[in-house]
Amino acid sequence: MADTLVSVVAPLEGVEPAAVQARRPESSRRAAFTVPSFLGLVPFAAYILLFLGLPTAIALFTGFLDGTGSFSLTNIEALADPLIVSTFGNSIGLSALTAVIGSVVGAACCYALIGTNPTGLLRSVVDSASGVLAQFGGVMLAFAFVATIGIQGMVTVYLRDSLGINIFADGVWLYELPGLILPYIYFQVPLMIITFLPALEGLKPQWAEANASLGGSRATYWWRIGIPVLTPSFLGCLLLLFANAFSSFATAAALTSQGSQIVPLQIRSALTSETVLGRENLAGALALGMIVVMVIVMTLYSLLMKRSAKWQR
Amino acid sequence: MSGQAKAFRPEPGALTRWLILGIVGLVFLVPIVAMGEFTLRRGLEGGYDFSRWIAVFSGGLTGEYKGVLTALGNSVVLAIVTVAVMLVILVPTMILVQLRFPYLRRAMEFLCLLPITIPAIVLVVGLAPVYSVIAKMFGSGVWTLSFAYGIIVLPYAYRAIQANLSAIDVVTLSEAARSLGAGWLTVLVRVLLPNLRRGILSASFISVAVVLGEYTIAALLNRVNLQTALVIVSKSDPFVAVIFALLALVFAFFLLLAIGRVGAPRRSRREPAASITAPAAVTPTGASS
Repeated sequence: MADTLVSVVAPLEGVEPAAVQARRPESSRRAAFTVPSFLGLVPFAAYILLFLGLPTAIALFTGFLDGTGSFSLTNIEALADPLIVSTFGNSIGLSALTAVIGSVVGAACCYALIGTNPTGLLRSVVDSASGVLAQFGGVMLAFAFVATIGIQGMVTVYLRDSLGINIFADGVWLYELPGLILPYIYFQVPLMIITFLPALEGLKPQWAEANASLGGSRATYWWRIGIPVLTPSFLGCLLLLFANAFSSFATAAALTSQGSQIVPLQIRSALTSETVLGRENLAGALALGMIVVMVIVMTLYSLLMKRSAKWQR
Repeated sequence: MSGQAKAFRPEPGALTRWLILGIVGLVFLVPIVAMGEFTLRRGLEGGYDFSRWIAVFSGGLTGEYKGVLTALGNSVVLAIVTVAVMLVILVPTMILVQLRFPYLRRAMEFLCLLPITIPAIVLVVGLAPVYSVIAKMFGSGVWTLSFAYGIIVLPYAYRAIQANLSAIDVVTLSEAARSLGAGWLTVLVRVLLPNLRRGILSASFISVAVVLGEYTIAALLNRVNLQTALVIVSKSDPFVAVIFALLALVFAFFLLLAIGRVGAPRRSRREPAASITAPAAVTPTGASS
């Protein structure tokens, strides 16, 4: 008995130290691992610091320097110059107008897409086309509109030859501020589709069923449930569209030949010629102004998104 | 708006749906069709033919469109290096944060989505001095631009990879592999990366599309890429510029279509839609949606 007892216990006793032994190197290896694992974050941190943090800091900081490199507020004061103020006004006006049109048309498209098969051909094509137009068009959209409503554009020529309408009767506006409206809408609507569609898909079928079982009609569903639930997301997307238009540069740069009617173009001329209003480092001050607008818009955006996320759990 | 029979379905009737999609679709097709029409025009005598398309492709690398093709080559190099930068710097960090520093996830998300708030045109103001230093260190080769592009693609790439990362249980997988005696390198290469294939592939495709379409930074740092070359060519030969633009748009379209297909087999819709939706990723709960 004692033998068997020993033989039962002995292996257990033998296991114990082995287990402890096995555990110990493991934990010590873990302890040793945490030190270098912090080092694993270093490349990414350094990269972000060098190529995101540093450039942003320089962009914001140079606005506070004068031509000789000493601290001054003259460039910041230049932001109050009527020319700069009107440029910011143009940028904000253009962004607001195209954001409103883009979000309404885009929301209508999202509504039309409710209930379609998310993996079907229609949705794949809409998703991809929206992605291309919203995020990768840039310069190419400018060409598209030159080919469409340029002086020799397809639509211009058609309207002129077939219907006798000259869209440029009051002068060629395509290469100036009004010319940016159509191309901007052309990338705003797809962005709205991309960003707003997930919110519409978050509408729970149970809500529609609850509405129906309580005797509600389709109109009740939308007025009492759909629209109130979707409003924060809609406004959030609207702000995102605004931010998108406000920071967009490529389309405008490729389209407008001269003049700097919007802020990004003015930054370009400040960077390349350094003679806007006869000041150096004005690009930095303009960049600061843009960042201020962007931070306000994006903060509001994330607040609205936090609110809309309530319904998506 | 229509009958009550369908009242518990929020989706629109077939007529409404196709009316909206049809009208918007047609209007949005006009500029693309106009681009095609523009490139087929036969000059002053009118009519259409393919002569401009033939001219572009028959000359090859020595033809008169050498500039655009060289620039296209530059953009391809930039796309490759940018994807490499992303794979080497972003992917391991994201895995590490997921495994070891879960409390840093929110900070990581914030950092990766930050480039949405900082317009490229603002970034370029600060990048100019940075790049004058880089030019001294690495020379002024066009590939150095990839460091800046890595920042631009960050929100897109982060979104695509994070969607994949949240869908798999990284901790359990790596602990299982570790308990079977695998070293960390084995865990990374043979367990985690194969599971993240989908996300990494999406992130790479999106990065390629973004880099091929990038204009702002290249233009203001005086580097030549596809877009800056197109703008220059368009001044002298708008037809050729439109041909290349059309091709690039179609290429990007199929690239994104491929992402949708890559994401489709499993958890169908969220992944592809979310992955090209960098801005939506700003949603605080976005990472796990």
